Amino acid sequence: MWYLCMFYHRLLDYRKAEVESLAQLFANDEEDQYKTQRLKWRLPLHHHPDSPFHFVDLPSEDVARNVSNRSILVKGMYELWGEGGSYEELEEAIRSYPDERKLPYLEPDSTFKINVDTFGKVISLQEQTQRIHGLSYIPFKGRVNLKSPEHKFWLMETDDYGVNNGLPPIVQRRIFFGREIGGADRKLLPTYQLKSRTYLGPTAMDAEIAFLMANQALVMPGKLVYDPFVGTGSILIAAAHFGAMTMGADIDIRVVRDGRGPDCNVWSNFKQYGLPMPIALLRADNNLPPWRTGLKEIFDAIICDPPYGVRAGGRKSGGRKLMKGVVGPYTVPDDKRTDHIPSTASYSLVECVHDLLDLAGRMLVMGGRLVFFYPVVREDDNVNNSFPEHPCFQLIATSEQILSSRYSRVLLTMVKTSQYTEEIAEEARLKHKDFKENHLKWLEDGNLHSAVFSPSDLPLNGAADAKTSKEPKPKYRGKYV
Amino acid sequence: MRLLTHNMLSSNIKGVTNGFPLRIEIEKVVEKQVEFNPDFLKNMFPKIEWKALVNASHSMGYVELPEEVEPSRLDSEDFLHKFHHALLELHLEEGALVCPETGRRFPVSKGIPNMLLHEDEV
Repeated sequence: MWYLCMFYHRLLDYRKAEVESLAQLFANDEEDQYKTQRLKWRLPLHHHPDSPFHFVDLPSEDVARNVSNRSILVKGMYELWGEGGSYEELEEAIRSYPDERKLPYLEPDSTFKINVDTFGKVISLQEQTQRIHGLSYIPFKGRVNLKSPEHKFWLMETDDYGVNNGLPPIVQRRIFFGREIGGADRKLLPTYQLKSRTYLGPTAMDAEIAFLMANQALVMPGKLVYDPFVGTGSILIAAAHFGAMTMGADIDIRVVRDGRGPDCNVWSNFKQYGLPMPIALLRADNNLPPWRTGLKEIFDAIICDPPYGVRAGGRKSGGRKLMKGVVGPYTVPDDKRTDHIPSTASYSLVECVHDLLDLAGRMLVMGGRLVFFYPVVREDDNVNNSFPEHPCFQLIATSEQILSSRYSRVLLTMVKTSQYTEEIAEEARLKHKDFKENHLKWLEDGNLHSAVFSPSDLPLNGAADAKTSKEPKPKYRGKYV
Repeated sequence: MRLLTHNMLSSNIKGVTNGFPLRIEIEKVVEKQVEFNPDFLKNMFPKIEWKALVNASHSMGYVELPEEVEPSRLDSEDFLHKFHHALLELHLEEGALVCPETGRRFPVSKGIPNMLLHEDEV
């Protein structure tokens, strides 16, 4: 059945991917095609693909409710009673909508509320009331209850709001009327916002994105979720909120163990929200993971934000000089072994992602998901769309978030569709060796930092020139929202 | 560190062929309650090295787990509770994990094992 889905107007690239993932999570086994195939989407008449209004085909009202209530970006999911380009057209559409769909929600002993919402413009309370009174042709028999109505109805309107306001272009007025089925619980966001979290690091993941990542990973109670770059635990917090058992590792002992004092560390972040503590935190190197041989298919999802070397660089075991081949391996004297702090070397993004995919290929259950951010350099607004690949995985969603004019990060969602075989393991071993032997070359190749921070090539001859060369503000911001 | 983690970890020092299971050196053990989830336990059961779990639980002073186990035992609520307790609630707060082959100690501090290798071990 088709539902009207209205999104919050942000993170445009993440919206459909989230609904698709959640539909897979909530569709039951008889609704097989919704689990295996992509959802069908349709745009309202004349609407731009970036419009907040979409129609989506979902198996049942229960699924639509579960999807929208769990989501972060669905403002509302509605059963559409009518739409039109004018109030006359809307009335005609609502009148011809079958009574058996309408009457159960208009019963005398029920309570209801009508909300008026607009996109791209503001209308006064008075106008809102007028519009509600204009709906008197619908035979509402119930009582009005503004605080906790049983049924919520929404009258939503988009109108020609002109250009250059950063919103997707609109051709014509469109009005929708529908019954609310569910919507995102955005109260989560102020609860989990970073500014009130006790323990933060420089790259702590924003709460909204962390929840989106957990949704992409199909996190559910009883699932085991692993983050190999756990840092301050900001991604696992979102996973724990949705009931998963969590496990995290980091190479930096200061981050995972010590934090900033007894009540300011990864554990205290979970305590702050009353969430169950991670099942395990450990200090380990993603380049040389300490998992026993034979251990495989144990995690249901791996969610992480690997270090890309822009705001934080990756580290791996082995000294800097050792990896460059300047010195031979340093032998730790026996009396200094106990408290020895091993030195680490830079860990290039290519190698880091290779290790991550290999680890995920081995450690994820079949159908398990790998969800992680991957940085891309933007050139003239054209994003180079080549993403890492692995024989075990199928890439099912890419969602871009623009970070600056130079680079953006893309959230990749991958599903494990093939077994991790001996051949794949052997290939990974060879690649691992190559990374070790050609440490410097790989480090050079994967250098994103200079692409992001190098001074621009444009000649800057005084302020006047800089002013004239400044491009006008883009008419439509698209993914910038 | 819970015994689930212990069951997953091995010493990966260069040249070590059998780094599993790590011996447990105890300074402080605490019990931390975890919500009982039978489905999670049933999913985890086939992935666990049972002998290593039994021995590890013995070294932590818990002797309720049977030496040998058939998957049919998973239907018993009583067994699941014992399995749950051993796997998730026994917690090594301070101590060490010791490589069975080389005797190298991986310290466990504030419940977090430090599995990072020294320069001459990679």
